[in-house]
Amino acid sequence: MNDLELLAHESIAAGTVLLYATLGEILAERSGVLNLGLEGIMMLGAITAFALSITTGSVVLSILVAFAVGCLAGLLHSAVCVSMRGNQVVSGLALAMLCAGISSVLGRNYVGVPPRTILSAVKVPILSEIPCLGYILFQQNILVYLAYIVAPLLWFILFKTKIGVAIRACGDDPLSAESMGINVHLYRYLCTVLGGGFAGISGAYLTLSYTPFWVENITAGRGWISLALVILSTWSPLRAVLACYFFGFCEISQYWLQTLKLNPYLLGTIPYLATIAAISVVSVEKIRKLVGAPRALGKPYPED
Amino acid sequence: MIIKIEKRSEYNRYSALDISILSVLLALAVASIIMWAFRVSPTRAYYEIFVKTLSNKYGISHVVARTIPLLLCSLGLVVCFKAGVWNIGAEGQLLMGAVAATGVALYLMPQSPSWILLPTMFTLGAVMGAFWALIPALLKAKARVNEIITTLMLNYVAEKIVEYLVYGPWKSPSGWGFPLTDTIPDQARLPLIPGTPVHIPTLGISLLSSALVFLVLRKTSMGFELKVYGFSEKVAEYATVSRTKVIVISMVLSGALAGIAGVGEIAGIHYRLRLPRSISGGYGYTGIIVAWLSRLNPLACIPFSLLLSVLSVGSDAIQITLKLPRGVINIFNGLILVMLLVLDFLAKYRIKVIKHE
Repeated sequence: MNDLELLAHESIAAGTVLLYATLGEILAERSGVLNLGLEGIMMLGAITAFALSITTGSVVLSILVAFAVGCLAGLLHSAVCVSMRGNQVVSGLALAMLCAGISSVLGRNYVGVPPRTILSAVKVPILSEIPCLGYILFQQNILVYLAYIVAPLLWFILFKTKIGVAIRACGDDPLSAESMGINVHLYRYLCTVLGGGFAGISGAYLTLSYTPFWVENITAGRGWISLALVILSTWSPLRAVLACYFFGFCEISQYWLQTLKLNPYLLGTIPYLATIAAISVVSVEKIRKLVGAPRALGKPYPED
Repeated sequence: MIIKIEKRSEYNRYSALDISILSVLLALAVASIIMWAFRVSPTRAYYEIFVKTLSNKYGISHVVARTIPLLLCSLGLVVCFKAGVWNIGAEGQLLMGAVAATGVALYLMPQSPSWILLPTMFTLGAVMGAFWALIPALLKAKARVNEIITTLMLNYVAEKIVEYLVYGPWKSPSGWGFPLTDTIPDQARLPLIPGTPVHIPTLGISLLSSALVFLVLRKTSMGFELKVYGFSEKVAEYATVSRTKVIVISMVLSGALAGIAGVGEIAGIHYRLRLPRSISGGYGYTGIIVAWLSRLNPLACIPFSLLLSVLSVGSDAIQITLKLPRGVINIFNGLILVMLLVLDFLAKYRIKVIKHE
């Protein structure tokens, strides 16, 4: 294992934090619901998973409950935005604040508590023996592997199945979708709820593996970065994998660059500046025409 | 059973103001359920927040002091939101204003007399805040880059810059290694209402700004163009309203006001630059709530800034007495916004349950 292999290995580990939230948000946005609450939902997932892993010692239970809690947050968002036709931006911001607040109260007794169990790396038999790639890809923990499956699966569902067509129809043209017999509200609910659950898993991954402790604002903007990554990956789960791993690299590179005696605080701006740069690039007119966001994204249905 | 949602004909039964006030009350009620779930006594919490805060000069003066940055931030956000521009970056713009003020007072012209120094601090603070908002404004205007994400990202960048300065080049050599700069000279400090932390000039600026923003939005063609663009980009296009102009002006104005708030925090409260979370108690984010509760009315921002300021000071108090973390204020903020959306819906629509035999 050399430095570059280690860098790639850690980039994937860091990118996975972003990946679940990004995949979930792609699902929600494809159905037409923008969920700006990711940052808060990730925090909520992070503290529930951390607290449960300490009290019960069960990693699996922690992840499942973090997922469920994320789903609940998604449910609140869809109740306000889908059923009540609330403004999605305002509701999302409200959700981000509310979840952040609840997380900090939940976590008040867990600050500085050492983790009891963490997700340890599991070597995949045979595959992990492949030179170079084996170490980078197949000596990670279970949630990283699960993401290998979830991302292509989500892509398949969205683009190769009837359900996927229905979801995308809700996001592009809900009126036509409804006339085709698709229950727009139901699809938007399901996608937003699941999307929230995914953000919860992102949070769980954070406190069970990537930074196994609790502090307020542990997510440090990763939820917002995920929102940008949805745009960068042009609402495609497969491109999301590349985008997230690249951003994992951006995050890891700052620790690597610190060894070159560069200032850690200034290096800390890298992920944020990279996010601005990335969405600026995809927003350029020519590229924009090629990709295009779901056309009804952010709009309530039925409109007044 | 079918649930039907119908638009109400008598929409005006509740005024927007009624709904705003009700949503705050409802949010407090829901928050008390959350507190109860966390085994925190809601009655004790609300007693501490409202009664204790407002029953002494110390609490009241802090409420007024905090109203200043909150009002300044929310006024700028009102302008942006009116134009349909989602500036979520007041927090970062405030911090950059604080950085500019500290830089001027400590390094650029520390020897100057007050009458030059203070106006320069305010001007450069406003310019710096405006510049921090100009970046996402230009990106949105020229390349249609989503401003929600860019303004948010710049909040984090501003935080890192402040951290860099207070841990690095600006760290006070006499601060025992704490992340603080030197204190600014006396002539860089704003006059206070005696015995309180209320810095008079900034209070004046913030109240004056409410009136100004109100007039600009109501009486000027610029204000009209902002509203037209906020109403519909297409209509604005027909009316030959310049998209770039609307975005840049609303953002720059908003950034400048937040920047001024940052100057006030340095020159009136802290007298030095310190960690971002000590400088701003999330004023940029709470300003969003104020702007929405005020229904984007600049004059209504004054009472709602006061109200949210009470909650903010009160939350700090219960941090100590009830051992709650500082993030608890976010529960109130988030709930108020959610309730506002819910009540807006209920006021606008009627839910009919049709039962089938």
